[in-house]
Amino acid sequence: MATLRELAQKDELLTGGHRACAGCGAPVALRMALKAADTPVVVGCATGCLEVTTTIYPYTAWKTPFIHSAFENVAATISGVEAAYRSLKRQGKINREIQFLAVGGDGGTYDIGFQSLSGAMERGHDMVYICYDNQAYMNTGIQRSSATPLGAATTTTPAGTVMPGKPQTRKDLTAIMAAHGIPYVAQTTISHWNDLVTKVKKAFAVKGPAFVNILATCRLGWQIHPADSIEVCRVAVDTCFWPLFEVENGKWRLTHKPREKKPVVEWLKRQGRFKHLFTDQNRHILDEIQADVDRKWEELLRRCGEGSS
Amino acid sequence: MPKAVAITGNEAVAEAMRQLNPDVVAAYPITPQTEIVQIFSTFVADGLVHTEFVPVESEHSALSAVVGASAAGARAMTATSSQGLALMWEVLNIASGMRLPIVMPVVNRALSAPINIHCDHSDTMGARDSGWVQIYSENVQEAYDNVIQAVRIAEHPDVRLPVMVMMDGFIISHGMETVTLLEDDVVKRFVGEYRPEHSLLDVDHPVTFGALDFADWYFEHKRQESDAEAGVSQVVISVAEDFARISGRRYGLFEEYMLDDAEIAVVALNSTAGTVKEVVDALRSDGVKAGLLKLRLFRPFPHRDVLSALRHVKAIAVLDRADTYSTMGGPLFIDIRNVMYDMPGPRIVNYIYGLGGRDIDLDEINKVFEDLKDIATTGKVGAPVTYLGVRE
Ligand SMILES: Cc1ncc(C[n+]2csc(CCOP(=O)(O)OP(=O)(O)O)c2C)c(N)n1
Ligand code: SF4
Ligand SMILES: [Mg+2]
Repeated sequence: MATLRELAQKDELLTGGHRACAGCGAPVALRMALKAADTPVVVGCATGCLEVTTTIYPYTAWKTPFIHSAFENVAATISGVEAAYRSLKRQGKINREIQFLAVGGDGGTYDIGFQSLSGAMERGHDMVYICYDNQAYMNTGIQRSSATPLGAATTTTPAGTVMPGKPQTRKDLTAIMAAHGIPYVAQTTISHWNDLVTKVKKAFAVKGPAFVNILATCRLGWQIHPADSIEVCRVAVDTCFWPLFEVENGKWRLTHKPREKKPVVEWLKRQGRFKHLFTDQNRHILDEIQADVDRKWEELLRRCGEGSS
Repeated sequence: MPKAVAITGNEAVAEAMRQLNPDVVAAYPITPQTEIVQIFSTFVADGLVHTEFVPVESEHSALSAVVGASAAGARAMTATSSQGLALMWEVLNIASGMRLPIVMPVVNRALSAPINIHCDHSDTMGARDSGWVQIYSENVQEAYDNVIQAVRIAEHPDVRLPVMVMMDGFIISHGMETVTLLEDDVVKRFVGEYRPEHSLLDVDHPVTFGALDFADWYFEHKRQESDAEAGVSQVVISVAEDFARISGRRYGLFEEYMLDDAEIAVVALNSTAGTVKEVVDALRSDGVKAGLLKLRLFRPFPHRDVLSALRHVKAIAVLDRADTYSTMGGPLFIDIRNVMYDMPGPRIVNYIYGLGGRDIDLDEINKVFEDLKDIATTGKVGAPVTYLGVRE
């Protein structure tokens, strides 16, 4: 485990000066993740807020080699980069150790890029895939994705008089990636820097594909104050909405168990996107969300071989 | 010693790929291209190439992986047909916009719907404005030769654009012909080592590929792409000259068959050109001044050269194995008519034929030349666009 001081002294591979909103969780997630790399990293990024805010020609915030191709193909793109590396290395044309990182938002990962991701993981490329999950298509103006939680208002699931936000619960992508049987899968968030860096380090260390799902705020989409970005993620963990765990060679392990499991409304009430749920008419949805969180938490504890809380 | 062998188009292209020995191949099966992927897989399995083969889960990922590999400084290839090319559409423009010298054999096949596995050119015509160089091949020998030349064209510093090499599905891909193959080391020397200016794997000199351009830069970058296209013809010619030295086979931007003194002529692509040559021979022996222009380089369009090759012809028929659904004829016709616009002389008509693998025979081509004779004599064009060999 690295200390904060050590991490602070490492090069900033994703520099400041990019154009993400103040309080945006995505660059925080990636800046921390790149601190976990001990060898040079080639980064691929799917279309989305992180990509558009960091590579506005003639500038780039990336001090690593970087490629953006399209929205749904970052896993395939990095597959090709990694294949080129293996080929050139085998031919003796390269002798450096290089790591490969594919990055996508939840839209580019859970939805449109899901096939490309699944294929790359199944083929076993030696790469890390990081999803910065801000729970909607933020770059195009906050549309719902399959990562958007039940009840959240987005611009395609607005809080209307007959439809109170998103009617479906979110897809559990981390579990789906674990079902791929790849060597390392983990879920983490930006409020727990140590957990995040440790997991990304492990992800880089394994031979073969690894997947890390990082909950990252969008201050516009979540309707939060920029200064609350880290705190809102911490509450997501404390309420067990976003548990921190890893699946290492098929073995599930909780990496953080909240001392006291807070009610999920503690998380919901901090975000404007859930505001409409706190009315008499919609209060039953809060109960549904709590029941869903409880059921998934119990399931996770069972998978991790932990007693129920 | 170059050796003569009887092989199919798919076998010849796979053989060219073995000799080119790309660093990365990512591909997905689709009829009639599938054999290329299969044969190449056996080369990989038997250790005959040093290629890293990426058996992707779709054509979208095939081209995406090849884009990644090429940006990483690898010589990278894929191959496809029809629906596969259609699925790649988004990435086609990314490959050319990033100026990546990818080479992709395409076995021409009709597009759905209705689903049909046989030859027409609707697939690659749909990609004609994607910024890729497009080279068409009449027969197995040309398909083999063009794939090898394509690598040099794509990687030329004045070009740095992806290249598609076409051959007709089944007619050529599955048709056996005697072809002359080059020696492995001759091909190796001909294409040389690929040395990209920038690479993702050059970690000491990190670069960003695929940045976001706003309106302040996008146009300049696209203008540079157009500029590069303008230099392609010259490179195609110089690569063909080098290729003639190692093979004895001569190529240009197009082939002129009995065109010098022709009064009536057909313009065609791919295998149909072979059938047209038969008819031209027969007409010539009857004293008819018939000719053929078989286009090899279709994108970018070698307009000046085509103009000077056709300007003396009285009546021209353009054969299109694809429709544009614009009701103004096929894609080749639209281009040829555009090229000839300032010429008061030639009359130009269009025949759309052979969709979904419908055969075109000597009688039908004879009928086209009969029409041209009438047009040349009267100077009058009836219907500018005719559908040939279809039940109306
Ligand atoms: C094929 C394609 N469809 C749609 C888009 C438009 N688009 C660009 S980014 C984006 C949403 C990105 O969402 P996500 O992956 O969650 O990243 P975020 O912007 O939230 O960071 C969409 C819909 C696109 N660029 N390409
Ligand atoms: S809109 Fe949201 S995700 Fe996009 S840059 Fe702003 S805070 Fe970040
Ligand atoms: Mg998102």
